[in-house]
Amino acid sequence: MLELKHISQEFGGLRALDEVNLIVNEGQIYGLIGPNGAGKTTLFNIITGIYQPTEGGVYFQGQKIDGNPPHQVARMGIGRTFQNIRLFAKLSVLDNVRVGSHAVTQAGLFGSILGLPVVRREEKQILHKSQTLLEMVGLQDKRWEYAENLSYGEQRRLEIARALALQPTLLLLDEPAAGMNATEKQELMSLIYYIQKEMKLTILLVEHDMNLVMSICERIAVLDYGRKIADGSPEQIKNDERVIQSYLGAPA
Amino acid sequence: MFLEQLLNGITLGSTYALIALGYTMVYGIIQLINFAHGEVYMIGAFVGLFLVAMGANIFLALLGAMLFCMLLGMTIERVAYRPLRGKSSRLSALISAIGVSIFLSTLMALLAQTNTRSYPEVISNRTFNLGSLELSVLQISILAVAAILMIGLQLMIQHTRLGKAMRASSQDLDASYLMGINVNRIISATFAIGSALAAAGGVMVGVYYHAVWPYMGMMAGLKAFAAAILGGIGSIPGAMVGGITLGVLEIMGVAYISPSYKDAIAFGILIIVLLIRPQGLFGKKIVKKV
Repeated sequence: MLELKHISQEFGGLRALDEVNLIVNEGQIYGLIGPNGAGKTTLFNIITGIYQPTEGGVYFQGQKIDGNPPHQVARMGIGRTFQNIRLFAKLSVLDNVRVGSHAVTQAGLFGSILGLPVVRREEKQILHKSQTLLEMVGLQDKRWEYAENLSYGEQRRLEIARALALQPTLLLLDEPAAGMNATEKQELMSLIYYIQKEMKLTILLVEHDMNLVMSICERIAVLDYGRKIADGSPEQIKNDERVIQSYLGAPA
Repeated sequence: MFLEQLLNGITLGSTYALIALGYTMVYGIIQLINFAHGEVYMIGAFVGLFLVAMGANIFLALLGAMLFCMLLGMTIERVAYRPLRGKSSRLSALISAIGVSIFLSTLMALLAQTNTRSYPEVISNRTFNLGSLELSVLQISILAVAAILMIGLQLMIQHTRLGKAMRASSQDLDASYLMGINVNRIISATFAIGSALAAAGGVMVGVYYHAVWPYMGMMAGLKAFAAAILGGIGSIPGAMVGGITLGVLEIMGVAYISPSYKDAIAFGILIIVLLIRPQGLFGKKIVKKV
């Protein structure tokens, strides 16, 4: 589904990623962990086309996608959320989701000004779809609020709904549980499970909460100083010497 | 007398507002002060004049000028700003904008000479009385066109997907990219719309004040820019209100103080407002979290 081959990324003299290989199979929930500054978000930025990798290639469904501008990568079916929430604060909750939908529909921008019947029909479908997504993440009641007025946990869920509006086949979640309390985390886990099953998604997520990662990911890769130091099942990762040394810490 | 001056002020102000919208929309999305915008307005006035001279109806001429400037605006963005975007500092784009501004005004001076031209009487200057207020058909037409354009713009921004994509892009350009929005196309559309509005302003001023010349964009551009700042740069309702406020203040200054202080009064009030409300009338005060 997604394959990274020998990805390296340099910023000035700094090698942020060094020869990273990664294979994510269809339908997997794949975890990416590692200390701060290990290059996890950089990897996301490479996958979504924000950065062009210095070396190596990104393959999505067998197709080389690095070099494409971000909006095209998004339209190919890669949705993402952000570590620091990047919602459209002054747009309503509903419009945040609708903006995502618009990218994957047919009618052009100028058709929308003319209000062609095709556009109106499409607009109806988008409204319906967006409301379904909001219901799924439990924000249907708040659809007319400005995004900035939502609570932190709600904003994170809205980001997921917005990313899903692109009808992605691959969803990248950058620290989806950051700043959430225990209950919210629990809800988030069921949500991730649910959307993965319901929408037949492949999910790649960066997360620091080991409980969450270990319980929902089928496979985990560990980055440290830009290198991949391990990958495998949660069990294997928990018992990997190098991972314990550099990230997990010895069991108390 | 006062009401008449107020009406004159609103008429003048609505043309400032039309130009100011282009500044504020472009700034809202790419934080660029498009200094070539005044020249787009000037060229709009010339294109309208040309079409009228060819025998076109004034409203057709208005549409023609708007269409021409749409393409002009998109071309300017494509040629002078896009190649610099993301690759060099924002200052380079600003310098590029000043370059385009000088280029366009001198080009027009070469093509059309520097003498002042005027539109023939295309809309009747007949006046009628409404109570004690004396109105001219011309004034009413200008106000009506300006109102239609501004209401249309507002509806477009609020309700169409282009408008939503524009609002999204002005809030977070990178996130917009990642939501599949072709940001370059949105920027292009923003230039097109802003330029069309400026062209409309140019034609209206040409018809109303009979003063079309290659360097008319300079002062009008500055004033409209001031109006955009006054309203709060980046805010669309702000540009509308800012433009009309500036127009009214200017006319009142001329009427009650002295015509020779016309520009000084307008800019002086701008300075005072900004001292009291640095973010402009409609700008939001951003408190940076530390």
